[in-house]
Amino acid sequence: MSGGAQPSDAAAFASALVPLPVILPLCAAGLKLAIGARLGRVQRFISAAVLLTVLIVSLVLLIAADRHGPQVMYAGGWPPPVGIVLVADRLSALMLVISSAVTLCVLIYSVGQGMADNDEATPLSVFHPSYLVLVAGVSDTFLAGDLFNLYVGFEIMLTASYVLLTIGGTIARIRAGATYAVVSLLSSVLFMAAVGMVYAATGTVTMAELPARLDELPQGVGSVIQIALLGVFGIKAAVFPLAAWLPDSYPTAPAPVTAVFAGLLTKVGVYAILRTQTLLFPGDRIGDVLMAVALLSLIVGILGAVAQTDLKRLLSFTLVSHMGYMVFGIALASHDGIAGAVFYVAHHITVQTTLFLVAGLVERRSGTTDLQSLGGLATLSPLLAVIFFIPAMNLAGIPPLSGFLGKLGLLRAGVDEGGVLTYVLVAGGTVTSLLTLYALVKAWNLAFWRAATPEMCAVGTVLDTAEGDSPEEDGDGDGGGDGDGAVGGGSGGGGTADDGSGTGRGSGGPAETPATDWDGVGPGRKETVLAGRRVTATFGGQEITTSSTLPTSMTGATIGLVVFGIAFTVLAGPLFGLTDRAAGELIARTPYVEAVMKS
Amino acid sequence: MTATLALVVCGGVLFASGTALLLARPLTRILLGAVLIGNGVNVLVLTTSGPAGESALLYPDLDWRQMADPLPQAFILTAIVITLALTAFLVTMAYRSWQLSGNDDVPDDDEDIRVVRRAEYADERERLRATYRERRHEYRALAHDEEEREAQEHSSAYQKLGRARDQYRQMRRRARAEARAFRARQARAEETAEETEGEDDPWQTILGADR
Repeated sequence: MSGGAQPSDAAAFASALVPLPVILPLCAAGLKLAIGARLGRVQRFISAAVLLTVLIVSLVLLIAADRHGPQVMYAGGWPPPVGIVLVADRLSALMLVISSAVTLCVLIYSVGQGMADNDEATPLSVFHPSYLVLVAGVSDTFLAGDLFNLYVGFEIMLTASYVLLTIGGTIARIRAGATYAVVSLLSSVLFMAAVGMVYAATGTVTMAELPARLDELPQGVGSVIQIALLGVFGIKAAVFPLAAWLPDSYPTAPAPVTAVFAGLLTKVGVYAILRTQTLLFPGDRIGDVLMAVALLSLIVGILGAVAQTDLKRLLSFTLVSHMGYMVFGIALASHDGIAGAVFYVAHHITVQTTLFLVAGLVERRSGTTDLQSLGGLATLSPLLAVIFFIPAMNLAGIPPLSGFLGKLGLLRAGVDEGGVLTYVLVAGGTVTSLLTLYALVKAWNLAFWRAATPEMCAVGTVLDTAEGDSPEEDGDGDGGGDGDGAVGGGSGGGGTADDGSGTGRGSGGPAETPATDWDGVGPGRKETVLAGRRVTATFGGQEITTSSTLPTSMTGATIGLVVFGIAFTVLAGPLFGLTDRAAGELIARTPYVEAVMKS
Repeated sequence: MTATLALVVCGGVLFASGTALLLARPLTRILLGAVLIGNGVNVLVLTTSGPAGESALLYPDLDWRQMADPLPQAFILTAIVITLALTAFLVTMAYRSWQLSGNDDVPDDDEDIRVVRRAEYADERERLRATYRERRHEYRALAHDEEEREAQEHSSAYQKLGRARDQYRQMRRRARAEARAFRARQARAEETAEETEGEDDPWQTILGADR
């Protein structure tokens, strides 16, 4: 990837780059499927390199879109309405930059985690390809220049997400995945129906052609289409009446998967709402409905979060709640409102992903995310406390951080707009911010600040817990006392978790100590070590791998995201300038339409 | 644009029956529902291409107005492929669910059930508290009655005072009697000591008055 393009034909060069964020991950996924489970190091390198390339391409696109207007690429040289158009305007490019930065960090984190049930083969042959396909789908939705391509992008993303959510195929994940798959399937079908409606009413699905044709439609038909699309994207974005699936399905997935879902998939829905509301249905025909939806999302979501006792579920509910801020900005439909919403989307992707990654680290350190059994993490793992505290305060909106700036921008836009409902929403937004602070501080007090419970110290860092899924492990509960299964590995898999961690702490040695060769029954259940020392033991039918250190690549990736989140604060001025210009471009509509239709 | 009524009705029926199946618990039924709805949507999208036209492949020099609109067909082809993939995935998931738990129902979320139970628990606690409060109230009323009765029995403070004085006198009498007995014992001991005084008794030097 040569970043240095000639400034003279920079625009042409950039428009050739537009499809790369979609094509590169897809090709890499195909390559990885062909390689299979071999060449581990090369494969991890390919994933990281591809995502890094996508990040660089997105940055180039953002600069080009900001300087020279929307970058357009006609697939196969077919102009619209026949061909597929990919468009990168300021909003798309900004979303791409943030999503690729976040996905890169999460990938590094997941490589550190060694993903999916201790098995080296699964992450390489299943997780990495699915993850790359997911990235391709997300990029495609951001770049799609017509509604049908948007649908295809959604489907690419969803299909990958089904696989990621049910990875490992344990009963809990199958159950969570069933809810998720059914709801997503319904939304896809409705989307397809909405696309059919749009085509029946206007004879095109190209987004650049639609504004003119939709304006000619009778208002009733336009409203039906608008509501159908809003419903579909509302399910994706998990706004209040359509959000019940989210807290049920997200928390059971592995931490990196939950993190990238929470950060990106819902924002893809918000992006789609933003795009259709500004480009296809300008003016606030159903602004009041959106306002009500935003208010209910804010309040109901945060009340749900306050009631939770599990860290991941708490975060899922704050996710639902904070969707309300973005919908509020979109509902305002004013320049400042849209700009605030775009800024908030950018901030929220990063901070929510970070928090879920930290929740994953907490689970790793202490074996659970249940706030009632956590405690004392501030002394046990001060680093963890710091990287939880900063994004938590950022999410709650404590002044110097970007969460505060985003909320301030939105609330100020609301006050400028005036009107009773808007003021109610401003008040609701403030209350939600306070309640978010309350919920997160409660989590902080319970998990980090209070004294450690005795079992917390004993467990050590739990690297992995997996449900024993083979029948030969049935008798493990009885053999829990003998304790030599953890070290010798010759017995039928006895040994308690405490024994395991005790050994793990006691034995000093290089990181490459081979772990237990598991009971003689399972053929070749050998585990190699990714990071830190680890020892496997079984306890009550669960295999528990423990270690005394957190893997550096996991903490490193999380710290990277925390720093990225702080960068929003430091670079708030330029970023606000950018979102301001993006909002101007969105509201004007003509730059997008002219860029696509010029040839 | 003209639409074929038969296709619209067919799509509607498929959509309706698919929705009914989608509301069921078993994943296989949901899957069938999804397939039906998917097909219903495809049929509805097909209606947007208007009435059937001539084939462009057979008659190359056709006017484009006589052809059917190909774009909805392209949409449908894509949608069919996607639906096929999702059907395959859902079948696998239903099978895996059956393998693990013996059925393929989509259950209620555990955490939601817990929240509901917590609400039920709170109700139960409230009910128990109410009974407790009632009983405590009854008990206090009883205890109050008893106190009143006692107070009536010893209504005057003098009576109480008299009772206390009697107690005090009794105790004093008992103390005096004990003191007298003690002095008598001591006197007797001294007498015995005087009787044996003068003898060179080693036991006396060792035990003394304790003898």
